[in-house]
Amino acid sequence: MARVPVQFTLNGEERAEFIESGTTLLHALRDTMGDTSPKGGCQQGTCGACSVIVDGELRLSCLTLAQTCEGAAIETTAGLAAGGVLHPLQRAIMDGFAAQCGFCTPGMIMAAKALLDHTPNPTREDVIEAISGNVCRCTGYEPIIAAVLAAARSNSQNAG
Amino acid sequence: MEIRKEYFADERQDDLHEIGQSRPRSDLPGHVTGKTNYFADRTFPGLTHLKMVRSPHHHANIRSIDTSEAEKHPGVIRVLTAKDVPHNVYTILILIQVGPEDETVLADRKVSWKGQAVVAVVATSERAAQEAAAKVRIDYEVLPAVFDMLEALKPDAPEVNEHHPGNYYHYDSGDHRKVRFGDIDAGFAMADHILEQTYHSSPIEQAPAETTGCIVTPDGNDRFTCYTNTQAMFFTLDNTSIILQMPGHKLHMVGGTVGGGFGGKVDVIVEPIAILAAKLTNRPVSFIYSREEEMQISSPRAAETIILRDGVMNDGRLVARKVTGYTDAGAFSRHSPYGAQKGAAHYPGPYTVPNVWIDTYCVYTNRTPSSAMRGFGVTIADFALEVQMDKLARLIGMDPLEFRFINAYRDGDIKAHRQPTEGAALIECMQEASRVANWPVAEKYMAMSSRGREA
Repeated sequence: MARVPVQFTLNGEERAEFIESGTTLLHALRDTMGDTSPKGGCQQGTCGACSVIVDGELRLSCLTLAQTCEGAAIETTAGLAAGGVLHPLQRAIMDGFAAQCGFCTPGMIMAAKALLDHTPNPTREDVIEAISGNVCRCTGYEPIIAAVLAAARSNSQNAG
Repeated sequence: MEIRKEYFADERQDDLHEIGQSRPRSDLPGHVTGKTNYFADRTFPGLTHLKMVRSPHHHANIRSIDTSEAEKHPGVIRVLTAKDVPHNVYTILILIQVGPEDETVLADRKVSWKGQAVVAVVATSERAAQEAAAKVRIDYEVLPAVFDMLEALKPDAPEVNEHHPGNYYHYDSGDHRKVRFGDIDAGFAMADHILEQTYHSSPIEQAPAETTGCIVTPDGNDRFTCYTNTQAMFFTLDNTSIILQMPGHKLHMVGGTVGGGFGGKVDVIVEPIAILAAKLTNRPVSFIYSREEEMQISSPRAAETIILRDGVMNDGRLVARKVTGYTDAGAFSRHSPYGAQKGAAHYPGPYTVPNVWIDTYCVYTNRTPSSAMRGFGVTIADFALEVQMDKLARLIGMDPLEFRFINAYRDGDIKAHRQPTEGAALIECMQEASRVANWPVAEKYMAMSSRGREA
C-alpha cells in the first residue's frame, strides 16, 4: 500500500506523518500520532466514540479519511486540558459523575464542546440533539446532559 | 442523597463518614482527559491482526477445510485450525466442576451455531487478515437445526451438541433443577383462583461501547503477556492454561479499565486463540471483535420461557406457586447451566408461599451461545413474577401494591429452598415507594415490618 504524507495541526501542534493511503483519521490519530483519546467503538459511524473536531466542526474520525484533513486544525479530548487546567466540560463531568466506564467520554466531550463553541448558552434540547450521535451504554445520559448544561453556565459566569 | 432513618432505626449510626457523602471517583480524571488506558490503546512494533472465519450455517458437519489460498495471501503469517489447539474442547465452569467440556476453540468436525469459530487467520494488517479469511474454503454438510427450546426437548429433535444428549443439561438432579416445598397439590386444591401464564423473553445483547478483545505479546522466554478487557481475569487465566496446556506462570494476564461489560466479557473467547497465535508466530497479536461480531457473536443474555401457575385466595394470600422455567443456552453451556440453577433458587421471588414446586431446565439449541448478563437467571424471572403478581391482583380485585404487602417475605420465613430469610427490606421499600409515588395503601400495610409478623 502506498504511503502518503499528511500534515495537520493536532491540538495546536504541527504534525506531519506518513500514513498508508486510505487510513482513517481515527487510525492515523491512534496508531501514528499517538493520540488514543478517540475510541473505535464501531468503526462504522454509529457510536460517536471516535468524535473529534476538525476546523471547528464535529466529525466522526472513523469515517473521515486522514488525507482529507490536510492542513486542518484538529481537536481531540487529549488536548483539552492544555496547561493542566481542565476545560469546564471536563470539570462538570467529574463533578456530576457523568461517566462510568469512560469509553464514550472523550467522544461525548468533543460533541459537547462543538455545541458550546457554537452555542454558548444551549437549551436542554440543544444538548440532547448535540450528543444524540454519541452512545453511552452505562446509562449516563441524564448526568451527561446536566454536566453539559453546568459547563455552559460556568463558562458564561467566567465570561461575565 | 437522603437517608431515611425511620427504617431500621436501631441499625442506623449517626457517625457515618462515607454514606451520604459525595466523593470524587478515582478514575474520572483519566476518563475526561482521554488518558485512561484501555487494552486497545497500546501499540507494539510488528503487531499482527487475527480475524476469525466463522460458520455461515446454524448446524452443519464440516467435510473439509482448505486454507491453502488464504496462506498464500500477501501479509498472511499463519493460519490456525483445530489441530493447532492443544486442548480444543473446553467449558468455562470446569474450574468449579461444572462440566462436561462441550465447546471447541476452533471447530473441526461440526458447527452448531451460525458464527462458530472455525479458522483463525493472522496477518500483518487487519485488511490482509480479512481478505485472507475470505479465501478459506470450508465444505459443509448442512444439518437440520432447532431454535425453539420446547422443540429441542422433543425426542426426534436434532442433536445440537453431542455432549448433551436430549438437548438439556444433565444436572446431578436429572434433566432439570428442582425445588419442592410444602404440598403443591394441596395448595392448588384450597385456592380460590388458579392463574397459569407463559412468559417469553428474547436474547439481549450487552452491547458494550468497547468491543471484546485482547492484545498479546510474546515475552521472549516462552512467556506471554495478554492485555485483555475480560471481566473474569482468573476464569481467563485458568481456562487459557487448560486450553493451551501451559502452566499459569507462563501467562501474564493484564486487565485494567473495561469499556463496558455488563456480563458480555465474562466468557473466555479471544484470549486463548490470540495467545496461541502469538506463540506460533512469535509476534504480537491483536484480536479485537468488530462491532458486528460484538452484536452477533458474543454471548447474549439467554432467552427464557417461564410458565407460572399460581393459586391465590380471595383475601390476597398466595397459597401455591408452580414454576417451569426454560433457559436457552444456545449451542454450548458457557454460564447457562449456572444461570438456570440460579433461577431455581430465586423463585418464588421475594414472597413467602407455603406450597412451591420449581423445575428449571437448561436447554441447548442452535442459537448463539448465551451467557452472563446483569442478574442473569433472575432478571427475566422477576419480569415474569412481577407481571404475574399484577395479573393476580387484578384477578381478585385487589390493589397490586397491597397484594405484594400481604405476600412479602419477612425475616425468619423459610424460603422454598429452605434457607431462612435474613435482612428482608421489601416491606420498607414498598412503604417508601408508596409515599414517594403517592400510591396510598391501607394503614395496616404502612405499619408492617420485615422484622416480624403482626400478632
